[in-house]
Amino acid sequence: MNLVIEFVVASLILLGAAFALLGSVGLARLPDFFTRLHGPTKATTLGVGAMVLASAVYFTATQQGFSLHEIAVMVFLFITAPVSAHLLAKAALHRSAPECSEEIDDAGK
Amino acid sequence: MMRRLIPRPALSLALFLLWAALTNAASLGALLLGGLLALVMPFVTRRFWPDAPRLARPVVALKFAARVAWDMLVANWAVARRVVGPVASLSPAFVEVPLDLRDPFVATILSSIVSLTPGTVSVDVDRDRWVLHLHALDAPDPDALVRVIKLRYETPIREIFSC
Repeated sequence: MNLVIEFVVASLILLGAAFALLGSVGLARLPDFFTRLHGPTKATTLGVGAMVLASAVYFTATQQGFSLHEIAVMVFLFITAPVSAHLLAKAALHRSAPECSEEIDDAGK
Repeated sequence: MMRRLIPRPALSLALFLLWAALTNAASLGALLLGGLLALVMPFVTRRFWPDAPRLARPVVALKFAARVAWDMLVANWAVARRVVGPVASLSPAFVEVPLDLRDPFVATILSSIVSLTPGTVSVDVDRDRWVLHLHALDAPDPDALVRVIKLRYETPIREIFSC
């Protein structure tokens, strides 16, 4: 494996890890349920996306042929992540999770 | 004849590509099996599918996908900065986006895109009034956010599916 590919893989892994960390920081720092919901959606899109891309580059470079599993992983993640976020948000509205601003009555139904 | 054999060409193509990705397109046998599955699965699952509108503008769809991917990168960065910055100065808000589209399938795609671009999470699609409820992490000007979502995402999606 040559130096350029090693560098690309390393930076993608670091980028992914950084965004996963930032997602967790958001989860810890943000004040209420709805704002905290934004952390995990971010971690799955860019964080996991970058790591999966790193895996694709690494295995394409070290093994024969292209490594395409990772694309399938990304597709499934991008389809399912909004659904789980949506379900969480809806459940929270249903149970009237406490929220910092006062507009919850407008959006809840 | 072709229409009856392949009732959903886009779904069949997607299944075939997904199978090729899963098996790494390693052998001819794997690809043949993928082709068979792509033909059979739309029939087996036909009753579960809503009447999805036709993909009228595939080229626009590809450009749109590229734009969404770019927006996701930019928005990720923006949200990351807000998360490490002073949390108290954020102005989170529930925002109502009045929709012009009237198709549940397309509304699902739009709300998924809204959730995938960080900073906004779609909470509910009200199908009586056709309003998309979403929660924004930092929206000092909710009206501007509504305009952006309508102009940047809803208009092209309606063009792609011509609905």
